[in-house]
Amino acid sequence: MTAAAAIKPKRVLPGFSLSLGTTLLYVALVILIPVIALVLKGAEIGPARFWAIIAAPRTLAALRVTLTAAALATVFNAFYGLLMAWVLTRYDFPGKRILDALMDIPFALPTAVAGISLTALYSANGWFGAPLTGAGINVVYTLGGVILAMTFTSIPFVVRAIQPVLEDLDPAMEQAAMTLGARPFAIFRRVVLPAILPAWLAGSTVAFARSLGEFGAVVFIAGNLPFKTEIAALLAFIRLEEYDYQGAAAIALVLLLFALILLMISNLIQFRAARHLEAR
Amino acid sequence: MSIVIEHMTKSFDGTSVLRGIDLTIESGELVALLGPSGSGKTTLLKIIAGLDWPDAGGLRVHGADWLHLAAQDRRIGFVFQHYALFPHMTVRDNIAFGLTVRPRAERPGKAVIAAKVNQLLEFLQIGHLGDRYPTQLSGGQRQRVALGRALAIEPTVLLLDEPFGALDAAVRRDLRAWLREVHDETGSTTIFVTHDQEEAFELADRVVVMGEGRIEQIGNADQIHDHPASPFVARFMGATIELPVMLNAGRTEAQGLDASRLQRRALPDGPGTLFLRPADVTPLADPSGRWQIVRRTSNGALLRLELTDGAQHFGIDLPRRAPEAQGLSPGARVNLRPEAGTIFPGPRTSQPTAATTEFPRKEKSL
Repeated sequence: MTAAAAIKPKRVLPGFSLSLGTTLLYVALVILIPVIALVLKGAEIGPARFWAIIAAPRTLAALRVTLTAAALATVFNAFYGLLMAWVLTRYDFPGKRILDALMDIPFALPTAVAGISLTALYSANGWFGAPLTGAGINVVYTLGGVILAMTFTSIPFVVRAIQPVLEDLDPAMEQAAMTLGARPFAIFRRVVLPAILPAWLAGSTVAFARSLGEFGAVVFIAGNLPFKTEIAALLAFIRLEEYDYQGAAAIALVLLLFALILLMISNLIQFRAARHLEAR
Repeated sequence: MSIVIEHMTKSFDGTSVLRGIDLTIESGELVALLGPSGSGKTTLLKIIAGLDWPDAGGLRVHGADWLHLAAQDRRIGFVFQHYALFPHMTVRDNIAFGLTVRPRAERPGKAVIAAKVNQLLEFLQIGHLGDRYPTQLSGGQRQRVALGRALAIEPTVLLLDEPFGALDAAVRRDLRAWLREVHDETGSTTIFVTHDQEEAFELADRVVVMGEGRIEQIGNADQIHDHPASPFVARFMGATIELPVMLNAGRTEAQGLDASRLQRRALPDGPGTLFLRPADVTPLADPSGRWQIVRRTSNGALLRLELTDGAQHFGIDLPRRAPEAQGLSPGARVNLRPEAGTIFPGPRTSQPTAATTEFPRKEKSL
């Protein structure tokens, strides 16, 4: 790395200052300024008023619903995503590439479309909804529906985080463990899992962050009953509709805080893992 | 622990990789499997390790049928070309892995494991590296750790797959001598795979030359060098010159060839092929000689002469200061006097360059 810098490779983009300048401008305009504006808007409110908004029962309920649903969706996705990534890297079967491509649909699909299709499937007369309702299980307009929508949109984050790490894993490492007497479960726990753990945790953290902010898919299926299935992002939207800018900003700020904390955790995990693996 | 391999065959997707291997390795022996890539040597090693399975054949180690044993139950030490160390574990934990992974009932106590690891670290001359991670080590050090990890379970058989293949020449020589010491001290049965002749002959008690899924020859350096069992071995051992000759009452005859230094061989009369190494040929200047020198290069010590007789083109080597070397400039004509060579009956066959023989060609019967 350091040796290459000394040679001064020919640059693809014209001029360091021009390309860096453009990049910084973009980051400032599209990412930083909106975030700062939000923080400033929140700061205008003042701590007492801010606290009053957040501590209001409806806000607390919305945050609780959001966090609970996102946490459950993430736990589900963490395990299902790990399984999916494992299947996609370890086995060969017809249609594998299609399955692999399908994994990107939640990325590509407008979340509203996802929400509408899930609602149609799980509503009382939908394909899945009808038998489930018959069995006494309601998905639409319950926390289950919120979790379902969040699961749908955040699964690729887990799969796509683990997949490349699993693909790069040297098969000789597992063979070595085998010759040393390790049984399959021990090989997974002591050789494979430590190798993919950082990517797994990081992917799950990002999936969690994504679920916290999920809006389009959730609002259709959740029914948005205050105190029951109303999520924080929707409440912020409702406050905005009511011209209660301060209320909207306060809730948005809390969501932003959660997202930033999660992002930090994700980066910290990867940084810690990279310590003794970097030269590989 | 004697290892007996019988009639072993194996194919991948219709391509035969092993075509009937019979081999017995005695307890305590150090054996090299030598061959070009695609000769099946690594597949054979992996089958012995339990990391691959043959289509047919037998594998008995000390009387036990190993084909019915999982790799985990064979107690072998396997060393990989690229070390395959566990990157998230320290050297100490890597070496201890085979012991700590045992079921609780058979697992030695913590203190016993620690003592064993310390002893191995000293034995492998890497005592100061115990707390490092694999990425903080050089290639040679990593391979020592990999060997330590394999030795920790006191393996019945030690298997090494191109163990020095990823290392540079100086480290290689160093580790070679060291591996011999380790073998002698542990007394284990050791099999290693290599494509490097020097490595195989220097290190092993016996060398098994493999080509295209078959064992071509088994022997020591001198036997294999002087008496290659097949054209394949002759080519692999560096005989790049193949001259069509006639055999007449055991004598080798060809135009322009002074065969007086070659021993008479009990071979049937008729066409044959003489396999020669470039350094085993003396050029004899002769204005009406069969070969013409087309090119002459020197590396200071050795001269290389490119010769042609119109049909065939090859190079020979001779010391630059040798008396025969005088006056040999491009355009001059020479005859040849082989100092040593091997004759196989039959006309010259197609000539795949031994060192680059790729995957074995398909064959209908095994």
